Amino acid sequence: MAYNMKEIVAEKPSRFTSGHRMCAGCGAPPVARMILRALKPEDHAVISNATGCMEVSSFIYPYTSWTDSYIHTAFECAAATLSGAEAAYKSMKKQGKLPEDEHTKFIAFGGDGGTYDIGIQSLSGAMERGHDMTYVCYDNGAYMNTGIQRSSATPRFADTTTSPAGTVIPGKMQSRKDLTEIMEAHHLPYVAQTIAYMNFKDLYEKAEKAIYTEGPTFLNVLSPCPRGWGYPTDMLMEINKLAVETCYWPLYEIEDGKYKITYKPAKKLPIEEFLKPQKRFKHMFKPGNEWMIEEFQKEVDRRWEELLKLEEMSNKE
Amino acid sequence: MSIRERLSGNEAAATAMKQINPDVVAAFPITPSTEIPQYFSTFVDNGQVDTEFVAVESEHSAMSACIGAEAAGSRAMTATSANGLSLMWEMIYIASSLRLPIVMSLVNRAVSGPLNIHNDHSDAMGVRDSGWIQLFSETNQEAYDNLIMAHRIAENKDVLLPLMVCQDGFITSHSIENIELIEDEKVKEFVGKYKPEHYLLNKKEPIAIGPLDVQAYLFEHKYQQAEAMRRAKQVILDVAKDFEKMTGRKYGLFEEYRLDDAEIAIVCMNSTAGTTKDVVDALREKGIKAGLLKIRVFRPFPAEEVAKALSHLKAVAVLDKADSLNGVGGALFEDVVSGMYLNKNTVPTVSYVYGIGGRDTTSKEIESVFNDLMEDRKKEKIENPYRYIGLRKE
Repeated sequence: MAYNMKEIVAEKPSRFTSGHRMCAGCGAPPVARMILRALKPEDHAVISNATGCMEVSSFIYPYTSWTDSYIHTAFECAAATLSGAEAAYKSMKKQGKLPEDEHTKFIAFGGDGGTYDIGIQSLSGAMERGHDMTYVCYDNGAYMNTGIQRSSATPRFADTTTSPAGTVIPGKMQSRKDLTEIMEAHHLPYVAQTIAYMNFKDLYEKAEKAIYTEGPTFLNVLSPCPRGWGYPTDMLMEINKLAVETCYWPLYEIEDGKYKITYKPAKKLPIEEFLKPQKRFKHMFKPGNEWMIEEFQKEVDRRWEELLKLEEMSNKE
Repeated sequence: MSIRERLSGNEAAATAMKQINPDVVAAFPITPSTEIPQYFSTFVDNGQVDTEFVAVESEHSAMSACIGAEAAGSRAMTATSANGLSLMWEMIYIASSLRLPIVMSLVNRAVSGPLNIHNDHSDAMGVRDSGWIQLFSETNQEAYDNLIMAHRIAENKDVLLPLMVCQDGFITSHSIENIELIEDEKVKEFVGKYKPEHYLLNKKEPIAIGPLDVQAYLFEHKYQQAEAMRRAKQVILDVAKDFEKMTGRKYGLFEEYRLDDAEIAIVCMNSTAGTTKDVVDALREKGIKAGLLKIRVFRPFPAEEVAKALSHLKAVAVLDKADSLNGVGGALFEDVVSGMYLNKNTVPTVSYVYGIGGRDTTSKEIESVFNDLMEDRKKEKIENPYRYIGLRKE
């Protein structure tokens, strides 16, 4: 069935309810909502959430925004926690301790702090062990919950509170880690990179595939942060669009090792378009700093070219 | 008919786990508890248990997975030692605050550093305020028995706290001793089925666990944990009564060995109690009225009962196999003397730190402690209550 957002929204009520305290213009809530909409209405889900913005804004005792079962334990172990719940499910199903006709899906949410950095060991372990679960990283490119500190997902030159654009060192000096590729190196049945763009089609379809592919699957979702990135709150969807159209955040999936770029911009926009509306890159537009934009563009181009090659190579018979 | 066997402490723990047949075991190897997940994964791979074994990549993930599994509605168990427990530390507190009755076999070993793989109690002492019930075991038999009783205590609706069964690394974990095992069916019946009221896998009642718990709530939630820990004492005794009916083996909060008419006594935990019993017997033959109080239940600490049991003595030595590095004395010593003070027991009491990093503690050394007490009981004021056993002075 062709994707139809109106139908999906009408037929599948949100499983992540309003009333949470995420910021206006935050990219994470629409991501969580749409991913959970990819669940079959009759299926139960256990959600595991790493400590972070999403967790502290959606489950403040005694209120919760989650209509499925939900567990938060700590920052670095959303994957390990969920792997335990999934093991319990397997064990109890096998022993006839759970109703046969009920199905539970296992989904973890973590920010880039909880996923790229402090939680990467727990994530890697859970994925390698082959638990039937989907891990979703909502990547906003810094530790936003503690006040915008750099992470390994922070792009080069970004101004953060631990990589400030100073007079000697102009922001973060390192390029971002490519976690999607690290997850692919685990040879998972399904790995994808996506974003809320084009009526959420890409996000929804990849979420559905990830959740309903047996085994460990991983989604990396770029999720802009108005506070950390410094864009007006009503510009969220525009920022998402620019991330994709500049090829800063390519949309692609890898199924059993085969790469598929799910959206190729007809005309790749220059990276300035993505950088310009964001305060964290403001210093890059000062006279004399043109080299920063050039280097940024080079890195984006290099990675995009690499991805095109991977797609070509992995699809050769 | 019970089964007579010869097992090491680790084998005894693994055997108890096999008979309990938990839904999930998540563990990571660390000396000296490594054998427990090794034996257990053999049971799993040979189809002797229904358990899902989660071979995690660290102890932090072991405890995280146990939390996820227990919260999901299953019984989860693990085993670890020393630095493994240190790495779990964050999750140890989360497990108890979520009121998940996870059961752990803790094979006590010195926490680094420097690195040392041998026995002391610094690992267990590091989590003594974490809200876990802590049972100590002198022998392989006690490690086994305590594990068989563990779920009945932890899962009791008045308790709902995680529980660790401690035994001494190498000294009991790797020593083969005679042991009396309970038949599988009897264990199954005694342990019973796990029936949590609320759990993640209940589709009919989805729940959310582990909130952001702000100033308006955390205090009360901690108080509930404290209340549960206080209630645990009676539950531990009730379960011990049922256990005695099944096996004839009697357990209390602590064991009193020739303490009734003693004038001087040692308080200690785990295997050193065995050495001390031998010394007590030898001293009794010489006419010295020595006795022993062996702590079984360290958390909740039976302060009042211990104070009462020690009230008739002339001098007491509390042996700690971990130094608290607080300038005052060991953790067990502090708990014992606090309990004595509150119960108006003014018997002179001294602290001995011993056996750090697996240093052997001999009968002769235990005897020297009793000899010290013989002198101490005569003194008005004890000048040096913070002492060491077996420490080289050079």
